[in-house]
Amino acid sequence: MSTDKVKMVDAPQGHVGQGFFATKLDSVVGLARANSLWPLPFATSCCGIEFMATMAANYDVARFGSERMSFSPRQADMLLVMGTISKKMAPILRQVYEQMAEPKWVIAVGACASSGGVFDTYSVLQGIDKVIPVDVYVPGCPPRPEQILDGILRLQEIVKSESVNRRGSEVYKELLNSYNIK
Amino acid sequence: MNLDYTTIQNTLQNQFSNQVTDFVIIHEMLTFEVAADANFEVMSFLKNDPALRFNFLTDVCGVHFPDNDAVRQFCVVYHMHNWIDNVRIRFKCYLPVTNPAIQSVAALFLSANWQERETYDFFGIVFKGHPQLKRILNMDEMTVFPLRKEFPLEDGGRTDKDDRFFGRESSCV
Repeated sequence: MSTDKVKMVDAPQGHVGQGFFATKLDSVVGLARANSLWPLPFATSCCGIEFMATMAANYDVARFGSERMSFSPRQADMLLVMGTISKKMAPILRQVYEQMAEPKWVIAVGACASSGGVFDTYSVLQGIDKVIPVDVYVPGCPPRPEQILDGILRLQEIVKSESVNRRGSEVYKELLNSYNIK
Repeated sequence: MNLDYTTIQNTLQNQFSNQVTDFVIIHEMLTFEVAADANFEVMSFLKNDPALRFNFLTDVCGVHFPDNDAVRQFCVVYHMHNWIDNVRIRFKCYLPVTNPAIQSVAALFLSANWQERETYDFFGIVFKGHPQLKRILNMDEMTVFPLRKEFPLEDGGRTDKDDRFFGRESSCV
């Protein structure tokens, strides 16, 4: 078996010795989380079509550890909101977010999810960050699959550097409280 | 067998006299006004008369004319289609702003059920006798009727918008 086709992620910083390797728990947990993000696609319009291309063979988001689309929020880490979210849809999006287990991250894909896009109107939510916290915003109308992949890679950087204690911290609780979640 | 507009106009005027008025041809379609309290009878006649046979209700929609007199501010527009002779007509009923209510035609055409709910949702026009008159597209919590002209179209909560980039004067330049 040739091994040169298998790509391995780099080991985190640490001390290498005879028969041991010492590093921080944060780094190991972050590495594991970042390279096995299970996406929950919440697609409502054209950005969703771009995401379908991102999932499929040409762009293949599975290369970055997101092999399995989870259509159950309980088994997902990364909520990808793609498309216009109307105000009528907002409580449903919020419910999906609340059902996800910690740790969880959110990517707003495209202009509509990020800011409402061209739909500056009474019926459309002006950005999903009005109802749930967002980690990464991907611009574009719609963004190309490369941009969505870039957004996922940037989220991986956030995940890698996240402290294992963050989800239990006061700061995080305040963030959720500011959105009236829980 | 062709059904021409003169025949339609004469038949309606003989049947309803002054409840049908203002016959005019707009974009090659016969258009007229019907007294708001006669909409059901006129539509029923258009549907069931053996010569007219308007068997299909294409559309029901509302219009708001804020500059009209108070008794003619809201308008309900009905489009009907005769499939046998392929003739289309349109008629309008004007309603007062204080009590915009009109008889539902859902008993004549089931398709009116959806369209009347939509018109209620956006204009607040009440269709008397409608089996389930509640909001259909907007969220239930909405307290206004968004397509009335006094209601702002744009969302007030927009935070990323600089009016200068939209060709509008900004208050803080």
